[in-house]
Amino acid sequence: MIDSAPTAVQMQGIHKRFGAVNANVNVHLAVRAGTVHGLVGENGAGKSTLMSVLYGFYRADAGSISIFGQVAEINNADDAIALGIGMVHQHFMLVDTLTALENVMLGAEPHWLLTKASAIVRGKLEALMQSTGLHVDLNALVSDLAVGDRQRLEILKALYRGAKVLILDEPTAVLTPQETLQLFEVLRGLRNQGTTIILITHKLKEVMGLCDFVTVMRAGQVVQELPIADATIEGLAESMVGRKVNMGRVDGEPRKTGDVLLKASGLEVRDAMKVLRLTGVDLQLCAGEIVGIAGVSGNGQSELLDVLSGLMCPTQGTLTLGSGQFNASSWIDPQTARNLGLAHVPEDRHARALVMAFGAWESAVLGHEALPDYSIGPWMAHARMKQATANMMERFDVRPRNPVLFSSKFSGGNQQKLVLARELGQAPKVLLVGQPTRGVDIGAIEFIYSQLRAMRDAGCAVLVVSSELDEILALADRVIVMNQGRIAGELAIADCTEAGLGLLMTGGSQ
Amino acid sequence: MSAPVALPRWADLVLLPMVCLLVALLVAAAVVAMVGQNPAVVMQALVKGAFGTARGFSYTLYYATTFIFTGLAVAVAFHGGLFNIGGEGQAVMGGLGTGLAALYLSNSLPIWAMLPVMLVAGVALGMVWAAVPAYLQAYRGSHVVITTIMFNFIASSLLVYLLVNHLRPKGTMAIESSLFADSAKLPSMQQAFAWVGVDWPASPLNVSLILSVLACVAVYLFLWRSRAGYRLRAVGSSPSAAEYAGINSKHQTLIAMSISGALAGLVGMNEIAGVNGKLILEYVGGAGFTGIAVALMGRNHPVGIVFASVLFGALFQGGAEVTFDVPGFSRDMVVMLQGFIVLFSGAMTYVIAPALASALRLLPQGVRHG
Amino acid sequence: MDEASLGAMLASTLRVSTPLILCALAGLFSERSGVVDIGLEGKMLFAAFAAGAAGSVFGSITVALLVAMGVAVALSWMHGLACVSYRGDQVVSGVAINIIAVGLTVVLGIAWFHQGGQTPPVATDVRIQPLFPDGGNWLSWIPFLGRVLGEGLLTHSALVYCSYALVPAVWWLVFHTRFGLRLRAVGENPQMVDAAGVSVKRLRYTALTLNGMLCGLAGSYLVLAQSANFSANMTAGRGFMALAALIFGRWHPFGALWACLLFGFLDAAAIRMQGVPLPIVGEVPVQFIQALPYVLTVVLLAGFIGKAVAPQALGKPYLKER
Repeated sequence: MIDSAPTAVQMQGIHKRFGAVNANVNVHLAVRAGTVHGLVGENGAGKSTLMSVLYGFYRADAGSISIFGQVAEINNADDAIALGIGMVHQHFMLVDTLTALENVMLGAEPHWLLTKASAIVRGKLEALMQSTGLHVDLNALVSDLAVGDRQRLEILKALYRGAKVLILDEPTAVLTPQETLQLFEVLRGLRNQGTTIILITHKLKEVMGLCDFVTVMRAGQVVQELPIADATIEGLAESMVGRKVNMGRVDGEPRKTGDVLLKASGLEVRDAMKVLRLTGVDLQLCAGEIVGIAGVSGNGQSELLDVLSGLMCPTQGTLTLGSGQFNASSWIDPQTARNLGLAHVPEDRHARALVMAFGAWESAVLGHEALPDYSIGPWMAHARMKQATANMMERFDVRPRNPVLFSSKFSGGNQQKLVLARELGQAPKVLLVGQPTRGVDIGAIEFIYSQLRAMRDAGCAVLVVSSELDEILALADRVIVMNQGRIAGELAIADCTEAGLGLLMTGGSQ
Repeated sequence: MSAPVALPRWADLVLLPMVCLLVALLVAAAVVAMVGQNPAVVMQALVKGAFGTARGFSYTLYYATTFIFTGLAVAVAFHGGLFNIGGEGQAVMGGLGTGLAALYLSNSLPIWAMLPVMLVAGVALGMVWAAVPAYLQAYRGSHVVITTIMFNFIASSLLVYLLVNHLRPKGTMAIESSLFADSAKLPSMQQAFAWVGVDWPASPLNVSLILSVLACVAVYLFLWRSRAGYRLRAVGSSPSAAEYAGINSKHQTLIAMSISGALAGLVGMNEIAGVNGKLILEYVGGAGFTGIAVALMGRNHPVGIVFASVLFGALFQGGAEVTFDVPGFSRDMVVMLQGFIVLFSGAMTYVIAPALASALRLLPQGVRHG
Repeated sequence: MDEASLGAMLASTLRVSTPLILCALAGLFSERSGVVDIGLEGKMLFAAFAAGAAGSVFGSITVALLVAMGVAVALSWMHGLACVSYRGDQVVSGVAINIIAVGLTVVLGIAWFHQGGQTPPVATDVRIQPLFPDGGNWLSWIPFLGRVLGEGLLTHSALVYCSYALVPAVWWLVFHTRFGLRLRAVGENPQMVDAAGVSVKRLRYTALTLNGMLCGLAGSYLVLAQSANFSANMTAGRGFMALAALIFGRWHPFGALWACLLFGFLDAAAIRMQGVPLPIVGEVPVQFIQALPYVLTVVLLAGFIGKAVAPQALGKPYLKER
């Protein structure tokens, strides 16, 4: 009986708050030794926070942790490592110019003389590689290693430091299907040898294929915990999403959409490491509708926004925007996009949407500084800019109503309102919005939603990308779910169900 | 380059530079005391030498003119997100351009044509000397700090070569060119004042002072009033936001450095056209590095740069006078103070600013939110 | 050219390159750890002054060397305070050190020695003498080469030999020891080093300490082995040439060695070539040869003769993010 296995990790009553956000609420997690335990949930469900508490990056506000039956105080990563907990992060911590062996060794070199140290470590690593089936060319420079090899290296690093409990954070995000299968082989092997594995993921097929137990989190709480034998994909998906769809919507008659204003076909995007981020994406935006892109973040949504707005160039694909036609060899750029009536509210407010060191009145014309509204010949028209900013602030209730205040001094919600005011003020035909209410206080959220709906009613084609499913359900007329760089499914809002959406988001229906 | 946001704006712009200056002065005073001088006496003599007489004040402003040019150069580059250490070399090339134009054309052109040609030549050469490192940074990834340092050395080698081998009149020993014709000389302030009937003592101060003020106005208008300046500042503050706005960072790098080099090139108008009337070796003499101190103290704003330039001009002029009045004092103390100012206003602001912020927190609320 | 002048050229090259090598190695430690070091010039200058001052006051080579190294280490630590402990700009700090050194050395020189900024010449027994007084003649039994090599290689002081010996020593330290591994890592990815439980600050300060010691040796060489006293601004840009050599040598000890030898050779050749026409090219102006190291470095940085890839974290202050 599995229940007689010792508990490797016991987290009881974990509470963690960040400001007004309750990331973890009274979370209990019991991970049995020598099992693969899946931790699933959407963005913001609290699984990453929980594991960060376990690994010592955060301290819980309340609750206790026991490792192998001993109560533990984990204040930093070193404490966690000392207790036998290892973590493989989404962003690898490797030095490109050193070899694989040197990367494993760093910080735990057994001898001050590198040749001696390398020999000792090599011996241990080779034994480790044999027993786990994880093979990496120890002499290769990390810069020469493929992504899958780098991940194997990260796992080896954790095991070399004596990890008995291995936490993997979305490990398959950067892997091909082939590499994913190989990783699972390795993880199964490790489990069979007694290593305890905690797998953070939103991909239910993986959970079903690999895990022994699964814990589902939603909105900071544990919703379900069960052995995999008792679980089904549909059941898990429903638990994960688990909300009443169509809450708080005032729909009236079904919407009539107008002409196609933006059409993209066959979009394919690769990132700097040549990993595929978008593949075979076709998208159409019509006047008078809000299209919501749902999905766990990291599945290509950011790349989609960047490509459509001209910030990134795809490796394949075509785009028709108004009278402009573009293909991969000559793609659109942000200024041309604006000229063709496209407005973009970026996901990253701090880095993209505003120049934090500028006053609000200068940020308010970013991207539009050449318009006659703001320029006279080669000169900027300060009076007009300040007046326009004051108007924007009035219309969108941006506080404080001070156009000369530095952009950085406004709260997140007011910054977002300013950005919206700027972009919507140009009466765009197509509006792309990324994470419209991230970091925005409750009071501003409804206002922002009403503005987006008003744009739609005025005939604009609106695309909203959000990692909050609630937001998509509140706004969208049509929902497109993205998973692993593809469009997993498309549904009219009336046809959306918890189970259906959950399955699409987690790749369960394929 | 600004202090962390913990300080209120007025403190960041005005109080912090003054505190940094104060710290630098205190450390310098400590050194002065350590070598057996009386800092108060030195300071008094310095102020008297710099501002006490019309002649002294003229010298102060003459030095300040050059520092305004090099300070503006550094400031414009900073606003574009770049550190221009090459002001020294760009000023050398500017002077070279001005001087070469004068040498070849001053006998054939009247003054109203010659001076503008000299201006353009100086600006052009200074601009090119900065544009090449800028191009290498933007398009080939070569670090602009290293390349501009290298270009400083190449410029001075070039100057020496030309002076020694080509421009020196045959048979002379001094390493300088022949004198320009009168059409290539900028009127001195003494002359200018004489035109309006005012009696002003002789000094190197010349009408390029007016040029420097014009340059300040032009830089202000460019950076904060023009669209091109808006774009340059956007790239300097947030390259990612500028990219979002469709602004080309590479172009802005080139533009920022070119304008920077052009401003440094104007030094030639003061030193070569205004004062020397011939090409010599040491007309820049470290002004490029003083420009860094001036820009840091002046918080990269033309108004601050004017104040800082006058301050440094006063230090140089007062320092020269003190050398006569106080035995054992030398101009090197001014150089040392300059280094302390760069240190405390530039590198150590993050050390000083938190201390200042804590001190401010002890003040009552009303005073703090000035 | 005859044997005597070839031998003299070789000797001159090695001697001129010595302070360059010491400074370049100093810069290597700092930059490999991720801290830009524009202040090599200022540190070498101050160390030279300290060696001259201490040498003439205390009359001992050891004291002079120790004081010089101490002063340079203090300057390196100040650089560390501004840039490693706090987020100060590394380039500005380096420029500040250079300017302060130029001014302060003369101020102290005038105050203490009253010779217009110079220090008095140190006594002969404080100077570093050639290690083998008759070394030049040892190989004279080999025809031609014997005089060249003898004069060129065997007439130097211990400090010169030491400096060349330091090159493989530094290479061994950086590439074959635990410290060296960590040093290389922290200049590329300080986050990774921090996550592995190693202190980024401690590594960088150690690198800066080694940097200071080597700059101290470089400055001492100028006074104790070369000129016998300190004069204002005597480094004359050598610190920047060393920085150029370091970059030209791609931040590698042996690369830096060859670059320093090349630059030293150009310096030694420049004076000799004055007035001497070369085949095809004719007479090469001495200023061109003097500018050549800087031109070559720019050409390298522009990517026209191979690539020079700096340590990735060079110039970026390390902030612990959480």
